[in-house]
Amino acid sequence: MTATVAPPPSGPVPYEQEFALRLLADMVRIRRMEEACAQRYGEGRIRGFLHLYIGEEAVATGAMHALGAQDNVVATYREHGHALLRGVSMAAIMAEMFGRREGCSRGRGGSMHLFDAATRFFGGNAIVGGGLPLAVGLALAAKMQGEGRVTACFFGEGAVAEGAFHESMNLAALWGLPVAFLCENNLYAMGTALARSESRTDLCAKAEVFGMPALRADGMDVVAVHEAARQAVAQVREGGGPVFVEFQTYRFRAHSMFDPELYRDRAEVEAWKTRGPIHTYSARLKAQGLLDEERFLALDRAAEEEVAEATAFAESAALEPVEDLLRDVCTPPEAGP
Amino acid sequence: MLELRLPSLGADMDEGKLLEWKVRPGEHVVRGQVMCVVDTAKAAVDVEIWQDGTVAELRVQPGETVPVGTILATLLAPGESAAAPPPPAPVTAPPAAARAPRRRISPAARKRAEELGVAVDDIPGSGPDGAVTLQDVELAAAGAMAPAAAPRPAPAASPAAAPLPAPVAPPATTPAAVPDHQAEMRRAIAAAMSRSKREIPHYYLALTVPLARASAWLRDHNARRPVTERLLMAALLLKSVALACRRFPEFNGFWRDETFVPAAAVHAGVAISLRRGGLVAPALHDADGKPLDQVMRELSDLVQRARAGSLRSSELLEPTITVTNLGDAGADVVHAVIYPPQVAIVGFGAVAPRPWVDEDGELRAVPTVIASLAADHRVSDGHRGALFLAEIRDLLQHPESL
Amino acid sequence: MSPTRMSYREALRAALREAMQRDPRVFLMGEDVGRYGGTYAVSKGLLEEFGAERIRDTPLSELAFVGAGIGAALGGMRPIVEVMTVNFSLLALDQIVNTAAALRHMSGGQFSVPLVIRMATGAGRQLAAQHSHSLENWYAHIPGIRVLAPATIEDARAMLWPALRDPDPVVIFEHAQLYNLEEDLPAHWESNADISHARVRRNGTDLSLLAWGGCLGKALEAAALLEGEGISAEVIDLRVLRPLDMDTVLASVRRTHRAVVVDEGWRSGSLAGELLARIAEESFYDLDAAPARVCSQEVPIPYAKHLEDAALPQVPMIAAAARRVAGRDA
Repeated sequence: MTATVAPPPSGPVPYEQEFALRLLADMVRIRRMEEACAQRYGEGRIRGFLHLYIGEEAVATGAMHALGAQDNVVATYREHGHALLRGVSMAAIMAEMFGRREGCSRGRGGSMHLFDAATRFFGGNAIVGGGLPLAVGLALAAKMQGEGRVTACFFGEGAVAEGAFHESMNLAALWGLPVAFLCENNLYAMGTALARSESRTDLCAKAEVFGMPALRADGMDVVAVHEAARQAVAQVREGGGPVFVEFQTYRFRAHSMFDPELYRDRAEVEAWKTRGPIHTYSARLKAQGLLDEERFLALDRAAEEEVAEATAFAESAALEPVEDLLRDVCTPPEAGP
Repeated sequence: MLELRLPSLGADMDEGKLLEWKVRPGEHVVRGQVMCVVDTAKAAVDVEIWQDGTVAELRVQPGETVPVGTILATLLAPGESAAAPPPPAPVTAPPAAARAPRRRISPAARKRAEELGVAVDDIPGSGPDGAVTLQDVELAAAGAMAPAAAPRPAPAASPAAAPLPAPVAPPATTPAAVPDHQAEMRRAIAAAMSRSKREIPHYYLALTVPLARASAWLRDHNARRPVTERLLMAALLLKSVALACRRFPEFNGFWRDETFVPAAAVHAGVAISLRRGGLVAPALHDADGKPLDQVMRELSDLVQRARAGSLRSSELLEPTITVTNLGDAGADVVHAVIYPPQVAIVGFGAVAPRPWVDEDGELRAVPTVIASLAADHRVSDGHRGALFLAEIRDLLQHPESL
Repeated sequence: MSPTRMSYREALRAALREAMQRDPRVFLMGEDVGRYGGTYAVSKGLLEEFGAERIRDTPLSELAFVGAGIGAALGGMRPIVEVMTVNFSLLALDQIVNTAAALRHMSGGQFSVPLVIRMATGAGRQLAAQHSHSLENWYAHIPGIRVLAPATIEDARAMLWPALRDPDPVVIFEHAQLYNLEEDLPAHWESNADISHARVRRNGTDLSLLAWGGCLGKALEAAALLEGEGISAEVIDLRVLRPLDMDTVLASVRRTHRAVVVDEGWRSGSLAGELLARIAEESFYDLDAAPARVCSQEVPIPYAKHLEDAALPQVPMIAAAARRVAGRDA
């Protein structure tokens, strides 16, 4: 396979310095946290499936900053970054990876099932396409209750092959529900390239079938992501019904820690790395005079410190006693909503 | 094809480590020859071969640790060629002689038999596929093994569903199709009485009861009645015991699971000796609440049916206390054995005129009976036992109130 | 108060109407629940009364609308999702098992899913192999959901409200043969509104007949037949298929020492098998005979009437099993 990729994202960053640097810092926080996860995985401290988001950070970063506190978020099993930027503490995320009681899902979920009621983060869903009907229902509730909530539903392009995608898109469009369908197209459903699984690879065309507005954005460019997400969320919030956005992105690491990566060339990965969201964005900020090396190192150091603290917390956090194995299968009688 | 498997060289050996082969493929070996050396964690042990043969393949290499039973090597039997097709996988030989089929006994029946101390092996089964049921055990325990005549109890919830179903004959498949009822009853009595003497710490008390008033009242009462409606002293004695149980509940009930369970009603068991030997003690239900005439009628009915072998199993299982009356046989005093799980038995000897010093200090010949009590010391003490007997005595002084 | 005579369908409708009136968060969603009036006419008239927002017709998208019910429940509503038959619910099984049942545990107790799913189940109407199956046991297998099987007018009327009050997902199975059943609604039905316990529907002493849903009536018929033969059968209506009320079941078996389970599901891997296993585990020494099951024959339910009848548990089979267990088949 010849690796032809678009040129790196370029052009001026249209934000005030503080916000511009906030986007950079958040991408770096995700990156450093996940690198630490990979390292702990190698040491056997984190087990199960671990799906890293490295390379795709611009998507979660740009999109999350387009949402308000009242909005709902539904994510996939590659959701560490989404949870972090939604406001779940890195310590709670790390503790969850370590299977600890202080984890954001009490050690019941692990990497793929991060949840947080306080920030309306409805979880990492590890059934491909499984989050879409859920998002439709959350949007239905919001509409019936007359709330101005938008439900942001993240999913990968692999979900597009599932019936749940088509059923959910239809229902949301039919009922004019306030959902933003945010498709993170990283080109591979595990090891299956989009062209090998879809008769038609134009994802926006699929949304248009349902009469749903569709946008496409460069998922390696945090500015493009944020602008597209802002536009989509605003449109949804105004009551225009669901909007579909495709973010074209790429993961630099294997699908999961079990993946030998037989399905793509090293050259392709290296080519995409030239479009890496952090270094290309940093370069643009530097060119504009919004960032210098010292500032970059400072925010990187801050991220490393946050990771070190979170990891230390996770390592020292308590394990759920086995006697509590059966808790939270059903709601205790006195605790009903 | 022969196999050399890792033997178990001790009860605690689960695996072994092969240290060294003493033979090579192609080598002819003879019975008793050492094939290899195995480390069993306690010692290096020689493993020998039990047949002559030619080594075909060594399957385990020195240094490997394998579980007991693992094939270490295969050998060709004498005359067997290497090209011969492999024989079918060795099959564990079934036991040469088929064992007798296991007796079908329901779990509930087995448990009850244990409680009652009944040997289940000889009880004929009336359940599905000839299985011994709870009811079979209870009938056997009650010593009323007369399957040909013993009808099933009517379903309790539908007493209107008379007539009783036809008697159930023992299924033809039952090995003990013609049980020896006498022997079985003896065994049942043996089991129950052995258990009683083994488990129940009996204490015994006796009290002489004057029956002058009772005899006179009885004479007077019977004089006005046809023969068929006359009362016997046995009915008065039985009723007095039943009434006494109301005030002394610790003699009326069962010892179960290491604790006394008082009975809500008084079902007096009436010990009845059978003509061919043995005895049964069916219940006279609610004996304390029935008028004497009814007690008498039911007593006669019980005796008749006991001797005809047509008691219901419920009657045999339900007594809460037993009364045994051996006066007819001439005994003066009874030292009775409690029928478990009951906790007391009251005995009466012969009613006869005996010397008696009355309240005025005068010696007179008065009809008396010696009432005796055998009671379970786990439940009651002698003091209460004595008061219980005294209560019986006092009740018998007012026969008109019985 | 005199008892009111009504059909099972009417009892369900009255329960739906009551729920809609009592709680504005409640809405009904499913295929043809609105304009069509419900496949089994359960929701007939409710669209006119409550409007299209709350009596919500859905496309033929079981996966999406059951999942949407889950999402709406998470979002603060109290949805009742109607699935036309249990066979169609398989299209939504992913959402029910992987999301609704798992979410609370998977989120460390943060999210309960107060969702009620109603569906028709069972055979007997010559609808053949894609509309007739009894898969209640599949749902009864799943931790995290409650499974109900109302078999009487009273339960059809009374179970919905407590189901909606349950903070976790509840699946209600309505046997399609019951919709036309007519009975008196007992005056004090509200005090019997319970979704936790089995109930003794007929007292007996010789054996326990365990049944639920569409088989309860057959079990009661068999018990009446057996009474004439001197066999006194106790009939237990299981009512709640998960979590199983084994206390009631075992108390009965300990009295009667014999058990027969009637289950319209197939025998292999059946709920009947689960019940017998628990009876054996917990009451082995109370049993006076090997327990028995009367289940459907292991065949996709056929169309032809005589074949369909032969495939399902019927009164004579139940009675025969009872006689055998009671040792009266000689």
